[in-house]
Amino acid sequence: MVTATSEQAAAAYAALRPDLQAVADLTPAGAKVLDLGCGDGALLAYLVRHKQARGRGIELSEAGVMACVQRGLSVRQGHLQEGLADYPAESFDVVILSQTLPFLDDPAAILAEMLRVGRSALVSFSNWGYWRCRLELLLTGRVPLAPDLPQHWYDAPRWQAVSITDFAGFCQQVGIAITREIYLNRGRRARIIKVKNLLATTAVFRLERATRSKPM
Amino acid sequence: MFPSNSVGLVQTQTFTFAQDEPFALESGATLSPVTLAYEAYGRLNADRSNAILVCHALSGGAHAAGYLAPDDAQPGWWDDCIGPGKAFDTDHYFVLCSNVLGSCYGSSGPSSVDPATGQPYGLHFPVVTIGDMVRAQVKLLDHLGIERLLAVAGGSMGGMQVLEWAAHHPQRVRAAIPIATTARHSPMLIAFGEVGRQAIYADPAWNQGDYYNNGKRPDAGLSVARMVGHITYLSEQSMHEKFGRRLQGRERYGYEFQTEFEIESYLKHNGDKFTRRFDANSYLYVTKALDYFDPAGQQGGSLAAAFESAADTAFLVISFTSDWLYPSYHSKELVRALTAAGCDVTYLDIESSWGHDAFLVEVETMTRLLGSFLGRLRSET
Repeated sequence: MVTATSEQAAAAYAALRPDLQAVADLTPAGAKVLDLGCGDGALLAYLVRHKQARGRGIELSEAGVMACVQRGLSVRQGHLQEGLADYPAESFDVVILSQTLPFLDDPAAILAEMLRVGRSALVSFSNWGYWRCRLELLLTGRVPLAPDLPQHWYDAPRWQAVSITDFAGFCQQVGIAITREIYLNRGRRARIIKVKNLLATTAVFRLERATRSKPM
Repeated sequence: MFPSNSVGLVQTQTFTFAQDEPFALESGATLSPVTLAYEAYGRLNADRSNAILVCHALSGGAHAAGYLAPDDAQPGWWDDCIGPGKAFDTDHYFVLCSNVLGSCYGSSGPSSVDPATGQPYGLHFPVVTIGDMVRAQVKLLDHLGIERLLAVAGGSMGGMQVLEWAAHHPQRVRAAIPIATTARHSPMLIAFGEVGRQAIYADPAWNQGDYYNNGKRPDAGLSVARMVGHITYLSEQSMHEKFGRRLQGRERYGYEFQTEFEIESYLKHNGDKFTRRFDANSYLYVTKALDYFDPAGQQGGSLAAAFESAADTAFLVISFTSDWLYPSYHSKELVRALTAAGCDVTYLDIESSWGHDAFLVEVETMTRLLGSFLGRLRSET
């Protein structure tokens, strides 16, 4: 494969969605990566080409898989749950779930599977705890759209609103440690420490098992 | 004379081996000599790294692309996908196709002459398996001086050969492309195969396989076998679209036992046409090989174990949503096993209403898919 120049790498990075830039930042060079719901493969292609990752993807749509193959990626068509089950424990360094969390039927099971097949997980999701969401519900009585995800309540696929506080509480409850956190405010990296659930529109977390069990 | 994206005029060649040392078959029987008919398109590059083997389905032959004569009406069976600028782009790849052992298109089979008797083998031809077919292809590659194939690709029974290559000769294939196939026949598929075979056995002209010098061939039996098979290659939807309940050349029911519906007429026509181009005994041998194929069975039932040594092979698995002969879940099971074995797998279930035949029909999607996948392999070498 032709080695990309640093300008090409920078341009490819700039073209990524902001939360995917954060995911790329948290992915170590040369990592074995599984991208769940990889869409057209934009992130995976970046990681393979510019971070020397060994990339694999799972994607539900035929159009997405086709686009990935056209980018030269290895992607399987299928549901996340059944796809994940096939991989032996710790097959990957990083398992990615970007902007997909609210659409999962069984998020707890998927997250558990992600941390079985991967040593770490990178999860990005839109934060319904953002102050404008709260205000919108309070003032208009309408269920707010996620700040970075314009999905109405009647749109398919169905979603379940989740906030940073919800997610962090869940992780603590099931023994998942959040080992890195990046917050975005309308696409910009935000240095927020205290009131992230109020100020961040999107969170990007690195997750690891808090109590590290020996692989089977 | 030919379309510009055709490989043009081609010639079927033969390779004969095992004249001195008989070719040992999976059943324990031997065969000597063994002849394979094959065709080749495109040019083998200097380091012999651009060869792609295309494997044919049940009734196919080595003639996969181009024309055998200047006035040939029909090109080879996968001409849509083999040629300059096509999925298997002959500007870049050296594409090979060989007729399988047991068939009747130039390779050794029951209609070949048994050197021991000077008569056609008939049922004296040993039963062959997909494994035997592929080991014969290995001999052909040795003969052509090709150490490693860039890819081996095929649909249906061709896909089984692809899986056999990956499971048993992984060091000789960089990539495997099994299309609309299965890693084993379910009882239902064995049942369909047996109906076809019983139709042939029941034809008095079959005569225990000894009919080549009788002047009468078991056409009636072979025709019924083909009709049953052909139904399984279509889908309910494609039959609806193509034929509906329309009557053939008449306005109303005749209340008689004639060919009335269009679908009946179509099947009968296909059955009859098939008897003019295929040998009934070959049909028995090749369908039997399909039923025996079971790489997991050889590994105590674990399909993943069958592909353990293929961890360096890149797979492109393709299925079609309306294929009920080898339904998508057969391919998904295969993908699961390949994933568990640590193989690099790409899988796509293509939306199509064409049933099993989709792999020959969905040319545009296949061209994009195969072209990209092969392009990636080429850039990696």
